[in-house]
Amino acid sequence: MASTTPTQIDQAPPVSKSARSTGRAGDKIFAGLSKGSGILLLVIMASIAIFLTYRASIALSKNEGNFLTTFDWNASANPPVFGIAVLLFGTIVSSIIAMAIAVPIAVGIALFISHYAPRKLAAPLAYVVDLLAAVPSIIYGIWGALFLVPQLAGLNLWLDEYLGWTYVFDKTQVGVARSLFTVGILLAIMILPIVTSVSREVFLQVPRMNEEAALALGATRWEVIRMSVLPFGRSGVISASMLGLGRALGETMAVATVLSPSFLINGHILDPGGGTFAQNIAAKFDEANEFGRDALIASGLVLFLLTLLVNGAARLIIARRKDFSGANA
Amino acid sequence: MSHALQDQRPARAPKSAAPAGLTRGGLPRWAPAGIAALSIVLGCGIGVLADLHSKIQWGLIGAILFLVITYTASAVIENRRQAKDRIATSIVWVSFVLAVIPLLSLIWTTVSRGIKALDGDFLSHSMNGVTSFEQGGGVYHALLGTIEQVALATAIAAPIGLLTAVYLVEYGRGSLARAVTFFVDVMTGIPSIVAGLFILTTWNLALGFGPSGFAGSMALSILMMPVVVRSTEEMLKLVPNELREAALALGVPKWRMILKVVLPTAIGGIATGVMLAVARIAGETAPIMLLVFGTQLINGNPFEGAQSSLPLYIWEQYKVGSDASYDRAWAAALVLIAFVMILNLVARGIARWKAPKTGR
Repeated sequence: MASTTPTQIDQAPPVSKSARSTGRAGDKIFAGLSKGSGILLLVIMASIAIFLTYRASIALSKNEGNFLTTFDWNASANPPVFGIAVLLFGTIVSSIIAMAIAVPIAVGIALFISHYAPRKLAAPLAYVVDLLAAVPSIIYGIWGALFLVPQLAGLNLWLDEYLGWTYVFDKTQVGVARSLFTVGILLAIMILPIVTSVSREVFLQVPRMNEEAALALGATRWEVIRMSVLPFGRSGVISASMLGLGRALGETMAVATVLSPSFLINGHILDPGGGTFAQNIAAKFDEANEFGRDALIASGLVLFLLTLLVNGAARLIIARRKDFSGANA
Repeated sequence: MSHALQDQRPARAPKSAAPAGLTRGGLPRWAPAGIAALSIVLGCGIGVLADLHSKIQWGLIGAILFLVITYTASAVIENRRQAKDRIATSIVWVSFVLAVIPLLSLIWTTVSRGIKALDGDFLSHSMNGVTSFEQGGGVYHALLGTIEQVALATAIAAPIGLLTAVYLVEYGRGSLARAVTFFVDVMTGIPSIVAGLFILTTWNLALGFGPSGFAGSMALSILMMPVVVRSTEEMLKLVPNELREAALALGVPKWRMILKVVLPTAIGGIATGVMLAVARIAGETAPIMLLVFGTQLINGNPFEGAQSSLPLYIWEQYKVGSDASYDRAWAAALVLIAFVMILNLVARGIARWKAPKTGR
């Protein structure tokens, strides 16, 4: 179609009937193609859900343990016994640690870039933070395992000594810091850029009049931020954090390299051990037989639904703010 | 970008210009820098004296000292409101530094450790016949695999992503467009390992194909599509409507208007978006691990048999755990990071060079 129509249009004056009709045919095909690829995306999303559910149902029907409460993963054994309790716990705990560290720092960086940094430096500095997002996760992984883990030994001692009474920071096992806490720190570094860039966009959209009004009343810079910038940006920061959470939940390689996995639920986050959905899939995939793969797919389905939920909620919060356009990072 | 900054300058200037009179004694202008230098020195000093091995502790001591000294000095010399303002400023600066340090450390570690094993042989040889514990071997097979897989993924994802963006901007009305927009957003958040599992269930388990570079490419293209759609969409929205109307007024059919007017105007931004997406998928490990399987040999055919790729190679070498393999892992990491950073810089370069000229 595309080979014939352009020449005809070039030769014929635009008013002639033939040109118009070919134009319309081309229009139909082009519109159809673009609509088709839009629909294709929806089909892909739907088929991800359908195929994963199908394989997962095969695995679940033969599972001897309880999928939600079993503390074990012997999917290749006979009879197969596996459960996601430990993985769910590890995924959520490491993501919460990551959020607790990353969100305040990211808000600080976003404020720095939007309100504090010298004007000429703001754009390059924003780019530097974006570079953090460009580093592949496997490189974060080996950096975390070979550099960060030994460096964190001292910090872990501190936390154990001064905050050990909180139970959470009580380090009960000796050993290197291949713990959920270290994973949380690494994930925090990895989700910083996305939380920062979305928050920064909202902070830049604060109506200037609000800020100037506060300044005119004699407010200091911090008071301006507390009174006009933060209230305006709150929903943006919430959705930015949820986007970050979505990333942290599904991160595979950084967790797989740093964590020394174990199938125990341990509330002492400084102790080595634990596991996450993605890490478990990466670690168990090679040795899994066909049924073991189905079991891993079942855990992948849970991860998929979890991220779908978090990301969907984040997007809905953003979508409620019609004027906000920086949500594509 | 920092539009509030202009507002502060005049507010601050009188303070230093009129030491006596309107304002009570404030901290001198060099105070933040001075306190920062002091706390760095103190942090390092305490670190050395207390024999703390980890630099993280030194840094944390320095950062906390900085905040405490700033607050006390300001609270004593100025007033509490000023002190709060200063401590907020300090926290904001500290958090920025906290974000930059890991980036610098990561790049420094990769470069300093990766340079050891990186040479011409490393780039031009595979791991064929090299046992895991001996020196030597190379990354050629992995580099080849990465380039082929990423090229195939781009060939699948870029046209689909581009057309979807065109649909959303030029044609899309109503509920279908809204659904596509929403699910593209959600799709950006799909974990890479889930994309890998999806291709595994369909291509490998349902259709019965073995592991190949192409299977990996399909998973990568799923990760790439939403990124391309979002960035292209943003770029197409920047194209002024006057251009479209002028073309349509001349009797150009809509599809030709899009191909000849809208897309060329936005081509710089679109290219940038595609390259950034390429940079993102080039470092993906998880789907490759599930679908491409990894090999020590050179396999130039992405449609047949196991291949390798740079991220997967790093993972394999890391798992071996010998000194020689760590060296190889770092060298491969350096190659990968250079590959990704070059793509990034080129993409930003194109964006700056061909930025769409808008009236706004």
